[in-house]
Parts: sequence; C-alpha cells; structure tokens
Amino acid sequence: MNPVYYLYLAALLFTIGAAGVLIRRNAIVVFMCIELMLNACNLAFVTFSRMHGNLDGQIIAFFTMVVAAAEVVVGLAIIVSIFRTRHTASVDDASLMKL
Amino acid sequence: MSFPLLTVVAAVPAAGAVATAALPAARRTAAKWLALLVSVVTFALALVVAFRFDPGSKSPYQFTESHAWISDFGVRYALGVDGIAVALIALTTLLIPFIILAGWHDADPLEEAAPNRRWRPTQGFFALILAVEAMVVISFEATDVFVFYLFFEAMLIPMYFLIGGFGDRAGGEDEDGAARRRSNAAVKFLLYNLAGGLIMLAAVIGLYAVTADQLGSGTFSLQQIVEARAAGRLHIGTGTERLLFLGFFFAFAVKAPLWPLHTWLPGAMGESTSPVAVLITAVVDKVGTFAMLRFCLQLFPEASSWATPVILVLALISVLYGALLAVAQRDIKRLIAYASISHFGFIILGIFAMTSQGQGGATLYMVNHGISTAALMLVAGFLISRRGSRLIADYGGVQKVAPILAGTFLIGGLATLSLPGLAPFVSEFLVLVGTFSRYPVIGIIATLGIVLAALYVLVLYQRTMTGPVKPQVSGLPDLRVRELVVVAPLIALLLFLGVYPKPLTDLVNPAVDHTLSVVDKKDPKPTVQVDAVPGGGRHGHAVREQDVEAAK
Amino acid sequence: MENLIALLVAAPLVGAALLLCGGKRLDRTGHLIGTLFSVASFALGVVLFADMLGKGAGDRALHQQLFTWIPVGGFRADIAFQLDQLSMTFVLLITGVGSLIHIYSIGYMEHDERRRRFFGYLNLFLAAMLLLVLADNYLLLYAGWEGVGLASYLLIGFWQHKPSAATAAKKAFLVNRVGDMGLSIAIMLMFTTFGTFAFGPVFAATDRAGQGTLTALGLLLLLGACGKSAQVPLQSWLGDAMEGPTPVSALIHAATMVTAGVYLITRSGAIFNAAPTAQLAVVVVGAVTLLFGAIVGCAKDDIKKALAGSTMSQIGYMILAAGLGPIGYAFAIMHLVTHGFFKAGLFLGAGSVMHGMNDEVDMRRYGGLRKYMPVTFITFGLGYLAIIGFPGLSGFFSKDKIIEAAFARGGTEGWILGGAALLGAAITAFYMTRVMLMTFFGEKRWDPAEVHPHESPKVMTLPMIVLAFGSVFAGGLFSINEAFVKWLEPVTSFAHGHSPVSATTVTAATMVVLVIGVGIAWGMYGRKPVPALAPRGSLLTRAARRDLLQDDFNHVVFVRGGQELTGTLVQLDRSVVDGAVNGTAAAMGGLSGLLRQLQTGFVRSYAVQMLGGAAVLVAATLLMRGV
Repeated sequence: MNPVYYLYLAALLFTIGAAGVLIRRNAIVVFMCIELMLNACNLAFVTFSRMHGNLDGQIIAFFTMVVAAAEVVVGLAIIVSIFRTRHTASVDDASLMKL
Repeated sequence: MSFPLLTVVAAVPAAGAVATAALPAARRTAAKWLALLVSVVTFALALVVAFRFDPGSKSPYQFTESHAWISDFGVRYALGVDGIAVALIALTTLLIPFIILAGWHDADPLEEAAPNRRWRPTQGFFALILAVEAMVVISFEATDVFVFYLFFEAMLIPMYFLIGGFGDRAGGEDEDGAARRRSNAAVKFLLYNLAGGLIMLAAVIGLYAVTADQLGSGTFSLQQIVEARAAGRLHIGTGTERLLFLGFFFAFAVKAPLWPLHTWLPGAMGESTSPVAVLITAVVDKVGTFAMLRFCLQLFPEASSWATPVILVLALISVLYGALLAVAQRDIKRLIAYASISHFGFIILGIFAMTSQGQGGATLYMVNHGISTAALMLVAGFLISRRGSRLIADYGGVQKVAPILAGTFLIGGLATLSLPGLAPFVSEFLVLVGTFSRYPVIGIIATLGIVLAALYVLVLYQRTMTGPVKPQVSGLPDLRVRELVVVAPLIALLLFLGVYPKPLTDLVNPAVDHTLSVVDKKDPKPTVQVDAVPGGGRHGHAVREQDVEAAK
Repeated sequence: MENLIALLVAAPLVGAALLLCGGKRLDRTGHLIGTLFSVASFALGVVLFADMLGKGAGDRALHQQLFTWIPVGGFRADIAFQLDQLSMTFVLLITGVGSLIHIYSIGYMEHDERRRRFFGYLNLFLAAMLLLVLADNYLLLYAGWEGVGLASYLLIGFWQHKPSAATAAKKAFLVNRVGDMGLSIAIMLMFTTFGTFAFGPVFAATDRAGQGTLTALGLLLLLGACGKSAQVPLQSWLGDAMEGPTPVSALIHAATMVTAGVYLITRSGAIFNAAPTAQLAVVVVGAVTLLFGAIVGCAKDDIKKALAGSTMSQIGYMILAAGLGPIGYAFAIMHLVTHGFFKAGLFLGAGSVMHGMNDEVDMRRYGGLRKYMPVTFITFGLGYLAIIGFPGLSGFFSKDKIIEAAFARGGTEGWILGGAALLGAAITAFYMTRVMLMTFFGEKRWDPAEVHPHESPKVMTLPMIVLAFGSVFAGGLFSINEAFVKWLEPVTSFAHGHSPVSATTVTAATMVVLVIGVGIAWGMYGRKPVPALAPRGSLLTRAARRDLLQDDFNHVVFVRGGQELTGTLVQLDRSVVDGAVNGTAAAMGGLSGLLRQLQTGFVRSYAVQMLGGAAVLVAATLLMRGV
C-alpha cells in the first residue's frame, strides 16, 4: 500500500484536531483534540521513518508520546483544579491573565 | 607575575560592598564605619598607584594586567593606567569617603517606621555607593573595550537604586509625590543611559567584526588595535569608522552629558540626595568624558577629526545653554546640575580642541570639577537638610545665622565660577587657551561662559545667603564637626591645586601627548618667534632653549 | 633683596588667612593683627624702595621666580614677581594708603560685630592688589585682577543684610567679569601669537606682530581696564559700590583698585605704542568718561556718590593720559598717585562726616558743619583744593600736565581732547565746590534734636591729616626737577610733548576755568540757601541723577533681555529638548498599548494566532524553496 495515504490520514486527523481546539470550549475536549494533533504528528513521523528507511521518525514519535504523557498529567491536574474552584471547564472563562 | 595592584584597587570596594550589605539590620552604625573604612583603604591604595606611577615611562600604560577571559571572542581581562586614568582614579577614591561621610544620616530609616528585621536601607545605601566606586574604578582601568563596556553599563544598576531609592526628606510634605518624581528620575536616568549603552554595544560588536575580519582573530584590546592601525595592518573604512565612532560617542555624550542629551541630569541630581548627586556628576559622569579621550580619540582618530566641528559646536552650546538655564533655576540642586552641564561642555570642548592645553586642561577640569562640585553640592545638601526645602526662594540671610556654612558655600561657588587661586581656574583657562589657539571664534564665545558662571553663582549666593534673615531660616545651626570634616579638606585641595597644580599636570601631560600623537595632531605654533630678552627674566631663556632644541 | 618681593604679597595674605580662619578667638585683636600685617608690608616696601634708590636707573628692576604655576605643553605660567619703578610706585601707594585706611577703620568699624572679618577682607584685598602690580606675566596679573574683584565684592557687600549692598556687590563683580573676559581673551591671543604672556618677551616681540593682532590686543586690554577702572561703557558699578563701608570706598574704589586699569595700560605700553588705533580708543574712552563722571558727580546729592562720579572722572584723566603714549604715561601715574592721596582723604573725610551725622549721606541734610568738625573740615578742604587743581597743591601739578599732554597729541584730535580735559577741569571745580559748600558751609539743614555732629576720634583723624599732607605736597615734590618722570622713565619711557599752545597758556586757561567753575557753584549753592529737598531739576540733571540712564539701558537690554532669554530657554528645554525624549517614551508606550490589545486572554484566540503563525512559516518555507 502506498505510504502516502498514511500521510493523508495524518493530515486529516491533524485538521480535525486543530478545528476542535479552535471551536470547542470544553477544556477536556480541547485537550483531547490536542492529543489528536500530537498523534497525527506521530503517525506522520512513523510514516516518514518507513518511507526513508531509517529510525529517526520512530524515535521522535516516542519522544512525543513521553512529552504528551507529561503534558496530560500537568494539564488534567490544572483543568480539574479550575473545575473545582469555578465549577466550569470552559476555556473562555479562564481569561484572567490579560490585563 | 607582579602584584595585581589595579585589580585590588577595584576589588577592595567591591568586597566592601558585599560585606556592608551583609551586615544585619541592627548594625547600622557598623555598616557606616565599615563603608568609610573600606573607602579610605581604597583611597590609600589609589595613592600607592599614583605615587608608584612613573610619568616619564615610555610605555603608555602601566601596572598592566592581562588574562584570557572569553578566549573565543578575544576578550581579555586587561587593565592598565595612564596618567589621565591615575588622576581620575585618585579623584574617585578621594571623593567617596567624603560622599559617605556627607551621607552619614541620609539613609537612616525613619523613626516612626516599624522595626523590620529585613529592612536595611542604610546597609544598602553604602553598599551601593561602594559598588559604584568599584565599577567606576575598573572602567578607568580597563584597556579592553569589552571589559570597559561591561562595567560602564553595569554601573547603571546601583546608580538606579541610589537615585530611585533614596531622596531628600521632604519634611513630611508630599512624601508620595517626592517618591514618584524620584522614581521617574531614576527610570529616565536608566533608560537614557541604557539607550546610549546599547548603541555602543552595537559599535563594540562592529569593532570586533572589523578586527576579526582584518587581523585574523578578533580583539577588543585597545592597545592592539592602536598598534595595528599605526602599523598599517588594520584599516577601517571611512564610513565604517564614522559609524563606529558615532556609536561610541553617543553613549559617552549621554553620560557626559552633552547638549541635547542632557535632560536626564537635572532630574537625577535634583531628586537624589546630595551625596548621590555628587556621585553622579563628579564621579560617574567623568567616565563619559574620560572614555571620549581614551576610546573615541584613540580607536577612531580620523572619524574624531571628522566629527570635531559638530562636537565643538554642541559643546559650545552646552557651555552657554547650561549656564543660561542655571540662571533661571529656582531649585538649588537643579541649578548646580545645569552648571555642571555647562562645565561638561568645557571639558568636551577641551578634549576636541586637540591641543595639549585643551586636553590637559580638560583632564584637570574633570578632577577640579569633581572637587569643586562636591564642595558646592555637599554644602548645599547640608543647607537643604536643615531647612527641608530645595527652593532658592525659601532661603535668605543664611549668612547671618550660619556664617561658616555660608563661607564654605561661597568658596564652593567661587570655585565653580573659576576664580583664580582656586583649582578650576587653571583647568578652565587651559581649556579656553587650547580651544582659542585652534578655533579662535569658538574660544571667544566660550569665554562668555565665565560671565554667565559669575551670574548664576552670585545670584544663588545672594538669594540664599544675604539679605534679611527669613523667619524659617533663623534657627538654622551652623556646620557641625562631621560636615566641616567633609568640606574643609575639599576646600584645602581646591586652594592647593589652584596654586600648585604641577603634580597633576606632570601626571597628565605625557598621557595627553600620547593621545595627541595617536590622533596625529600638533599644537599650533605661535605666529611670532620670541627670543631672549636682556633682563626679561628666565622666561625668554626658557623659550629660546626650547626653540633651539626644536630646531635641532 | 629680590627674595623679599614675595613677602610683600605674603604678609597681608597671611593676615587675611589668620583673620578669616581664626574664628571668634581673634575678635578682640583682629583689627590690630590686620593693621600690623598691612604696616609690615609697607615697611618692607620702604626698605625695598630705599634699596632701589641706591642703584643706578638702569638696574633697579628686581625679579623673583618662585615656581612654575601651570606647565602644559608650550604653555608655561610662572609664579614670578617683577619689581621695577612702576611696580614700586604702586607698592608704596597701596601699602601706604592701605595702612592708613586700616588705622582709620579701627575707629570707623569700632561698633561692628564683624570687624575682624572686615580686616581680613582688607588684608585679602592688599594681597591681591600687590599680586596684580608685582606679577611678571599677564596670567598672574589676571589672578590678582580677579582677586581684587573678589575682595571688592566681599567688601561692597560687607553689610550683606542690606539687599542693596548685596545687589551692588553682585553688580560690581559681574560688570568686572565682562572686563575680565577682555583681559582673558587678550592673554589667549598673546599666547597664540607669541607663545608666552610674560611681560619681557611679549614687549620685546611686539614689533614683529601684525598690526591687526596688536590692535585687537590693545582693545581687549582696554576692555579689561574699562571694567576695573569703571570707564564708559562699564562704569555703572562704581556708583552702587558706595554701598560698602566708607574706608572701602576710600581704599578700593578711589585710591587703588580702580586705578588698576591705568596700571594695565601703562604696563602694556609697548603694545599700545605699536597700535595707534587702540590708543585712539583709549583716549576716546578716557575723554568720554572724564566728562561723564564729572556730569554725574554734579547731580548727586549723596556725598559718596558725588565723590564716586569724581573718581570716575579723574580716572578718565589718567586713562586719557595713558592713551597718549610716552608723552602721557608718567603723568597718568603721577596723577594716579596724587589722586590716591586726595581722593582717599576726601572719602575718609566723607566717612568722618557720616560718622558724626548718624550715617546720613544726603548732602542736603548737612550744612554748616565746619564748626562742628574742624579737623575734618580742614583736611577735606585741602583735599578739595588739591582735586580742583588749586595752584601749588598736588592736583595742580599732575592735572595740568595731563591737559598739556592732551593738547600735545596734535591736530584736531589734540584740540578736542585738550578742550574736553579743560571742560572737565571746570566741571570738577563746580561739583567739588558744590560738595564743599553743601557740607561745610551754609545753614544747618539737620535737626539738632536728633543729630549731634561731632569730630571723629584721633585714630580716624590721624590718617586724614597724613593724607592731607600728601594732597598738599606730593605734586610739588614730584615735580622738582621732573623727579617723578625721571624715576619712571626707564620703565614707561618718556617723550616731551610738543603742544601747539604753550605751557603757560594752558596753566592760565586752567586757572580761568577753575575760577568759572567755582564761581558758578558759589552762585548756585553758596549765595542762596540750599533746599533740603532736591528740586526737580532740568532734564540733564535728572538724567545725571540716574547715571545718565546707563542703568536703565542695562536693565532693559541685559536684565530684561536676559530674563526673557533664560525664560524662553527653560520653556524650550522642557518642551522641545526634553519633550523629544518624553515624546519618544510616550510613543513607545502608545505602541505597546496597541499591541496589548492582541492579548485577549482567550486560549482559543492564542490558538488561532499560533495556527496562523505556523501557516505563515510553512508558506514562507515553501515560497523560499520555490524560489
């Protein structure tokens, strides 16, 4: 099978993820969309690794997974604590950093 | 390897600053004495440098130290002093003990303030002063452009806190407004000087790029660059040289300050306490004029000649503009600040007149202006702290109630207006002669400055010291012992250097000759040859001998 | 002997330092210490004078080199003294009259709590003035020159609690500084022309310098002389300077300091002789001032200001003579010395009158005082006769010679100058007679209930008597065998003028104008009673009372103009120069305010920005690769 199809799939997944980040307000959903984008990238990396015949892309995919896992840990904790204090998980409500 | 004397002169106040800052809050008095002790030791070390310095030596820099620092970029920790630097280091280290003594009570926490174990303004004040001293001293010593730049800029940090953090007690009125104005002045000082410094940074990097391009390996060493130029190995293109010169000069002109880059000075001097004001004008600003002599002229001789006409005109404007604005001031400290602008105009005039009288005079001027402004400003500070007001109109008849204070103030003022017999006369006259011998018209117009100086000094003295005694002034005490200890040596020094400036000129002359030879300028010859006159005194003989030697 | 010269300066300098730094401990003896140092300097001067008389005319000049003051490159100024006949004359005049006035001041300042300081300033003045006349180069002369300016400032403003005194002191210093500017530029010009500014080498080389340079030098030196000697156009300070204590007016503003300009021109004779244009300027200044001062002197009712006008006028005579070149130098100095005696005597007399009249200075409130203060009357009267040129007294000999020399200039100029000098003599006779009559003759115009005129103590009258002797005999003594001219000739050189009118005619004409002047004055003030309130007077009188509107001119042009200028500059500094800086800061602030709008705080808008940024990066990369 032509590996380019995997790239199309990766692009499609990334677009879905990006659209989700931009459109959805629920922090959990935004978070899941970010994961979707990361995994789309992972797919593209693995595909390139296959196309070029070396292991670089696969190694980077592992890195991405580690970073994503770390991010989930921190991110979910933040979201939970925001939800506890404000009883909402909407990202638009958390805009206190602007002056 | 010889003893690193120059490093020690700078390191002692630096260590003193750390030690002073580390003292606990309750040991305020100990901090003061420690700072005073450190500054006196530094002065003693500077005297050692001055006495062991050999003005007749062939090499332009002495006590040199050089260690690799950032070898990738050719940065070396290179120090060395010429006569000009020795004179200015001596001035700096001399003034700091007086500044500390004069500011003895300026940073005491207010009595009503709640005791707080971590609130240590006094320690901070004196530590910052010592830190400034260390950086100024090392700026005078650095022969590596990068090292110089580093400390030239780093000086801004302690100065910022000194200006913004400590001010005159406003006597309970409008403390908040005073704090706001003070903080504005400090920010203005910082941004102004930072802007100049960043432009200089670009030029410093540019200089490195040029040397890296032409010499194989880049260098920041002043001596190497000067030697490479002289040997023809380094040739900076005309356009590049001018741009680099302007980059350096801009930073120094801000610091000096030269019209129209002067507007930070009146605010900074007016809002800070008078010891800090002295620190600004008598010590820190001298780095600017000193660097013009050492870096601008020696690194970029051709561009210096190219820019001379414009700089002379700006300096002339500074002289007259500063003096005229001083006449119109209503605030004692701002008046002295504008007077300083006028005096810095004279110094820059002397430097760029490119004659041995002009540059020698400018160097003496830096020293003498430091002493005379310190005397005038510190006495003004004593006066202000007594009455709690900086406005001239709030005073009158002080002479009657505090004659010694008035007398010292008058002597400081007379030094400021360059009365013969006091040190500033020697330098001002040399600058004027040096300027006149190359640029007669500018010399004549600059002479107007001496009339204007008399005007602002005497108007200030008349309005504050003479006339009927104002009721608020009537109870003022005369100078205390501590204050006399500050002022009397400064006045004695003004008198001594006014009558016998030879120790200073001997120190400075060879360095000035070296600078002039780098710039490749010679003094204009007198138009009429004078020969020996029978019975005309030793003058004629001396002149003739010199001429004969020159002819050979 | 030459090693003693520095002691002449050092003695009063030590006195000044002692008195000014000594503190209250010396309050009770300060006046004696001051007088002692002054007299010591005089005694030393006499010793040196005696030594000088013992030598031949050619080798009388002494020279003492102390040390090099300022050595920078080719610029070399020495602390070195030169004592020749000209300096010697001044030394004796300064220390002699100075000592007498010290003694007088002991009595005059008896009740002043700051008497010690007063004597300190007087000693300081003596030191500076001696430095001025003993210097062997122009820069050291300049140091003395400014030094006497400082002493004059301190002494005019001695009663600083009076705003008028403080203002007068400031004015004197400032006007002098304008003159000093001329002198300092002259020194610079000398340095660039000759490479030195020591007297000997400069004078020897004048013949090789260009005419333009010499003229410029002459005019600059004249500007300096105008400032110090209160000549038109820098004369405005002298009248106000009378705010100082009267001994100060006698010593500084009559006998010594104000004559420094004459010294400068005489000393620089070699330069002026070679610059005829500058000499013309000198004689014009002298002639104008001698009339100006005389006219002002006629209108003043304040006895000291009338005498100040007279001083100005008499110095005008000296400057005129000095401008005439070798035919006049010696007479300028001779008149300077005799004037030193009689004008100091007149001022001390005025001080004595004020002392007895509760410090009243308005002559319209005097009258008939001759019975109450006979010694003052007699000494003042002798001074009066000397100044108007009464035959046989000092002023007659010296002034007559100047008028003669003025005619001897020759041509139309000679007639104009001679005429001006004669006219001046007539006006002098008029205003001095007026002072005399208003003060000592006529009816009492004071209230006997309030004022009790009395003779001054001996310590004050003694100096007046000594000075009166000088006023009577000095001129005659100097003229025996032309002794004074011969004494000065080796320094100033001397040429006999060839006057178109004979000496006898000039003397006769002088006598005639003298009689006319005295006669008119007697007609106006002696024959009829003097009104106690000044009449309105003619336009000229009113102008003369206001110093011929010079002050008004200065006020409008310099004071107002200066205030306008500085005010504008302050505005300019704030709005334009600092405005540009603050404007830049404000513009930066505005820009950052705009950029801040982008930071909405919404996560999703940041996400859009990031996405957009990524898209731009990708597009840019593609484009770059495409190219």
